Amino acid sequence: MSGTPRRSPLDAEHRARGATLVPFAGWEMPVRYGSDLAEHRAVREAAGLFDVSHMGRVELAGPDAAAVLDATLVSRMHDLPDGRARYTMLCDDDGEVVDDLIVTRLGDRFLLVVNAANTSAALDALRRAADGADVDLVHRTGHVLLALQGPGAAALLAAVSADDRTDGAPDATVLRPFRAVATRVAGVDTVVSRTGYTGEDGFELACVDATDGVRLWAALLATGADLGLVPCGLAARDTLRLEAGLPLHGHELGGGLGPFETGFGRLVHLDEGRTFRGRAALEPLATAGPTRRVVGLLPEGRRAPRAGAVVSGPTGPVGVVTSGAPSPTLGRPVALAAVDVTAVEAGGPLNVDLRGTPVAAAVTPLPFVLPAARRAG
Amino acid sequence: MDVPTDRRYTAEHEWIDAADPATVGVTRHAADALGDVVYVDLPEVGRTVTAGESFGEVESTKSVSDLYAPAGGEIVAVNDALDADPGLINTDPYGDGWLVRLRVTEPGETMDADAYRALTA
Repeated sequence: MSGTPRRSPLDAEHRARGATLVPFAGWEMPVRYGSDLAEHRAVREAAGLFDVSHMGRVELAGPDAAAVLDATLVSRMHDLPDGRARYTMLCDDDGEVVDDLIVTRLGDRFLLVVNAANTSAALDALRRAADGADVDLVHRTGHVLLALQGPGAAALLAAVSADDRTDGAPDATVLRPFRAVATRVAGVDTVVSRTGYTGEDGFELACVDATDGVRLWAALLATGADLGLVPCGLAARDTLRLEAGLPLHGHELGGGLGPFETGFGRLVHLDEGRTFRGRAALEPLATAGPTRRVVGLLPEGRRAPRAGAVVSGPTGPVGVVTSGAPSPTLGRPVALAAVDVTAVEAGGPLNVDLRGTPVAAAVTPLPFVLPAARRAG
Repeated sequence: MDVPTDRRYTAEHEWIDAADPATVGVTRHAADALGDVVYVDLPEVGRTVTAGESFGEVESTKSVSDLYAPAGGEIVAVNDALDADPGLINTDPYGDGWLVRLRVTEPGETMDADAYRALTA
């Protein structure tokens, strides 16, 4: 990326709080405000607030909106009910993942949240599919997207939206996972969905109007201070998603890793007669299975393997680490790795090359860390 | 940025003082760039290092960085307190967060505080 970085509408708030800002996908975003370990812990034990306004937002409406999405995404969208969200992927003709995204339906509108780094690629694919169709496609910019995450998120949202609910605004705190509603929080129009990227309970809040978004950010932090809410940066976001075993595009997705390799084969809806980009390449994997799988590794010792570290079995290299870090919750290193299925099924011990030293690593079920509600005791 | 004038610095963001043996650590700039340090891999006491050689690693959740010897010599002590509390590197990089003590036999390429401050400005 070159040129002037894009800045979130919350940029001044971040600077006022002493955030360390780093370049990220053409943006400059907070990597941490103070201690990334404390931010990580806050999300596991109380609540954290992330500014994810760098993520791209695309809206589709009109008679052909569902058909355009059906032709573009691995999951069908024409049957997505009002008020529901669906995690899915957008592939190219070779079945390579261009982006993973969440689609939310509100009335006759489909709201897409795509990765910052992939926004233009996803837009290109959508516009191509929309060409000649009766669809209104809008790329929103200048919006504010917030992620309120953690076991305390629901109580916090209830506290900050008490007056709104008294005034008749829909109650977002009763949403089930992957449900969404257009409502008001702290007097601000926002779309709230019960989604996130941390492996904890939580909500994502979208404000089309940047000024509204800044007010919502401030209101959440003001109300949340007593409940342990802290603003969190990209460093905590990455360790949280890694502990939750959630894939990150460019690491666990892309480069030949797709829905079947990451255990998301169920997202690929092979309905008879539906043609979508990548179907021809993906369909055989539904029956034959992938040759590689993304698995969790628990390396021995205290040093963490990082992306690119080679994974070996008894007879040689069998895979590569896609993400790795010291897990703040477990106090030991964890890693995700793309490994040959035959080596995983052999069940033998694997080694990971730790910057020149082979270290034994056990394959372990994901997630590494369960949500707080299931972690008690 | 906090750069004490009583010691010298390397372009790899280590500091070394003038005592014998010399104490070695990482700078505030390096500690801040790393984020919370969660593990420090230090050499055995008695190991000999050459100036510029990697003698260990410092790991945060976000990244891992090699530690480079600011001078050549024998490692005569390592900071065992970092094993239980690697965050000392963040809280006190120029004091309790020191890494190793080195009996210097070969000086390395270092700069004074003003030059280091200019480098990291």
